Amino acid sequence: MTAILSMNQITKDFSGGVRALDGVSLEVERGQVHAICGENGAGKSTLMKVLSGVYPVGSYGGSITFENHETAYRSINDSEADGIVIIHQELALSPYLSIAENIFLGNEIATRGVVDWPKTNREATMLLARVGLDELPSTPVLELGVGKQQLVEIAKALSKQVKLLILDEPTAALNDEDSAHLLDLINSLRGQGITCIIISHKLKEIRRIADTVTIIRDGQTIETFEMKEADATEARIIRAMVGRDLDSMFPPHTPDIGDELFRVENWTVHHPVDTTRKVVDDASFSVRAGEIVGFAGLMGAGRTELAMSIFGRSYGSHISGTAFKEGKEISVKSVSEAIGHGIAYATEDRKHFGLNLIGSIAVNVSAAALSKLSRFGIVDRFAENKVAEDYRGQMNIKTPNVSVLAGNLSGGNQQKVVLSKWMFSGPDILILDEPTRGIDVGAKYEIYGIINDLARQGKAVVVISSELPELLGLCDRIYAISEGTITGEIDRADATQERLMHLMTAGKD
Amino acid sequence: MSTTTPTRKLPKMRVDLRQYGILAALAVIVILFQVLTDGRLLLPGNLNNLIQQNAYVLILAVGMVIVIIAGHIDLSVGSVVAMVGAVAAISMSQWGMPWWAAVIISLLLGAAVGAWQGFWVAFVGIPAFIVTLAGMLLFRGLTLVFLTGGTINALPGEFNAIGGGWLPELFGTIGEGRGSRDILTIVLGVLAVAMLITQQVRSRAKQRSLELPVERSVSFWIKNGVAAVVILALTFQLSAYRGTPIILIILAVLILLFTFVLNQTVFGRHVYAIGGNLFAAQMSGVKTSWINFFVFVNMGVLAGLAGVVTTARAGGAVASAGQSFELDAIAAVFIGGAAVTGGVGTVIGAVIGALIMGVLNMGLSILSVDAAWQQTIKGLVLLLAVAFDVMSKRRAGRR
Repeated sequence: MTAILSMNQITKDFSGGVRALDGVSLEVERGQVHAICGENGAGKSTLMKVLSGVYPVGSYGGSITFENHETAYRSINDSEADGIVIIHQELALSPYLSIAENIFLGNEIATRGVVDWPKTNREATMLLARVGLDELPSTPVLELGVGKQQLVEIAKALSKQVKLLILDEPTAALNDEDSAHLLDLINSLRGQGITCIIISHKLKEIRRIADTVTIIRDGQTIETFEMKEADATEARIIRAMVGRDLDSMFPPHTPDIGDELFRVENWTVHHPVDTTRKVVDDASFSVRAGEIVGFAGLMGAGRTELAMSIFGRSYGSHISGTAFKEGKEISVKSVSEAIGHGIAYATEDRKHFGLNLIGSIAVNVSAAALSKLSRFGIVDRFAENKVAEDYRGQMNIKTPNVSVLAGNLSGGNQQKVVLSKWMFSGPDILILDEPTRGIDVGAKYEIYGIINDLARQGKAVVVISSELPELLGLCDRIYAISEGTITGEIDRADATQERLMHLMTAGKD
Repeated sequence: MSTTTPTRKLPKMRVDLRQYGILAALAVIVILFQVLTDGRLLLPGNLNNLIQQNAYVLILAVGMVIVIIAGHIDLSVGSVVAMVGAVAAISMSQWGMPWWAAVIISLLLGAAVGAWQGFWVAFVGIPAFIVTLAGMLLFRGLTLVFLTGGTINALPGEFNAIGGGWLPELFGTIGEGRGSRDILTIVLGVLAVAMLITQQVRSRAKQRSLELPVERSVSFWIKNGVAAVVILALTFQLSAYRGTPIILIILAVLILLFTFVLNQTVFGRHVYAIGGNLFAAQMSGVKTSWINFFVFVNMGVLAGLAGVVTTARAGGAVASAGQSFELDAIAAVFIGGAAVTGGVGTVIGAVIGALIMGVLNMGLSILSVDAAWQQTIKGLVLLLAVAFDVMSKRRAGRR
């Protein structure tokens, strides 16, 4: 066996002193399927971007050898010319163009600028047969489901004479049937001598398909081993993925838990476009007053979708299930209804769903509860400013005044504005989705303190997070969710990262 | 953490100079033409015409700025002006309605048009560009149907006065014949200044009592002083012509009303929220569809009013009325600093934008610049104004 790729001591720093990769090494044998595992933010995607030239040579440290020569890619075009093709989680197809046009986009079969359509379609048909996609090359891509689009991407890679195919979480958005088909395809590509790197959270998948696995954590390679070794178990992968000390970075929290405040039963949500796919499947959970409840799940597990569908059907289609507040069934069909019942949802995507970035802090803080500051439809701007100033002080939002635009604040301060907005709406139930994403350590500590305060005031708090230490440090009880199903519920006392990771990667058999 | 002791002094509000940028541009253009025309630009008669000729743009721009803040556009307003004008004229000359009934019918018709377009935009989800482009053709076509290609003249004097009349000289005049001045106009000017200063001082006092940051006294008094002098000078000049144009009162009410609506009401705040980040607005419980619907209803009513004003000033309805009014209004709004992507814009900015276009028109006409060159110059001014805005935003973003 010979190595087709070896990456040596790769380091990559981002502005602001963030070290995303800290001496990662990776050897990939020719003709193998090599899996890379790691928590969200471990550095997997950054490593692949270094490899494919998204981060050009010179912007990272270390060396890369591919097919016995040292690479110096300045862009993704350079790496593709060498036969390295990366397929991202978000597919990059042009929806209104046909399958054939997409496959040869930027690489058209043409003579003197005139496209040879018969040849294009013939080649495309052959490629589609190779990936097992039974569609006409003239079909527009937007008529295909995600699974079939994924196959078009692979056909496109094959058209570029790919030697090393990198798949970034290829099955994250697929249903079971499409996932199975994709894994079979990867298997048959291996038979044709194509080397594959697959980034995945799903341990069952890795066990089924991978020859070798490398685990990355906090920007470092933890270990690499062959899956045929006797002790190559899921437990070993999980241990390597999470083996990190719990930092003492959480403010003290003594729970004072009261009666059940909020309960959801048999909640099922389908994908908004692909309505046959269940994104959340028969989920039931409850939160008590003064309790902080965590939701652990990997990206794409359905955590955000569960929360957003409860919050006024902001996500999904064919939503079924019931919600109860203090034992009584409530209707949460619109956002204003949900807010009316005292539910608040602080989104994981502050910039997209949380803030009006070109609006002032004051405008953002009052956005969900303007009626509290107005009479007969007229807003009392003085009172509004007063409220915003109060929150600025209370939450320690670091800015001279509240007329500063939200878009000019740092991530931590933006998050405090989002929290202020929902606290001002006077909720009983707060759902906080990734409340510390993209925030520095100091601001994280402050936000944990705020969450504890909310619980102390008798509110029911739900925290959704991909960071297990955060959930373990913060929550009284944790639900694990995997592929849309709640796979377990653990009390604070019994929870460990390993147990959670088992449940988070459990999946359906 | 540094150990600074908190001072009792309140933080001062920073004055955003960009906010005054286009006001400065208007001042520069006025001074430039005042010099180029040897002082003819601001002669009482020209000042009067400036107001009466541009009233329609100002009214449409006030509605259009709200549409654009919400992230939409309305291309149909010119055709709506024509159609409303036609119906108003028909209702008086053929159905024998009194002038005030014709005005009410016009505003209701405008509201109906707005509801029609708002329905398609807000509830069906068709982009406003398409809906109002269709409206532009649709309502122009209906105008031709109503007027059957002809024109309707000889409208009641009271109706015509809305666009081209003046308030009666209630308090008489200073002096006689040529060079006499209408006292009412001067009184109204003084009243306006008094109201402005009272309102500003009160608001400042309230801000201070709530311990909110306030503007520095120096800049506060300079700003209000300049505003007072300008208002007094303009009304004094205007008084030497034929008094206060009725349309000026309507415009003043509209500008104050809609500044209030956009800044102080829940509706206004929701409009900004939708334009600033539609998803965040939805996730904050804003009923975005209804807000969009009423934005268009409001635009329709104002287009109806512009139809009344245009017909009244012309003294009759013609099928070609209101041609390219939508473009004038859109240009005014963008010169006034609104963002193409929505979420940004002010009524006062749109008004200044409309005045810049109006002063350019008048100044170039006085200088008897060829109409072809007038268009060219206005096109360049629009482009440069928006380019300036885009570049200054980019610089601000880099900070």
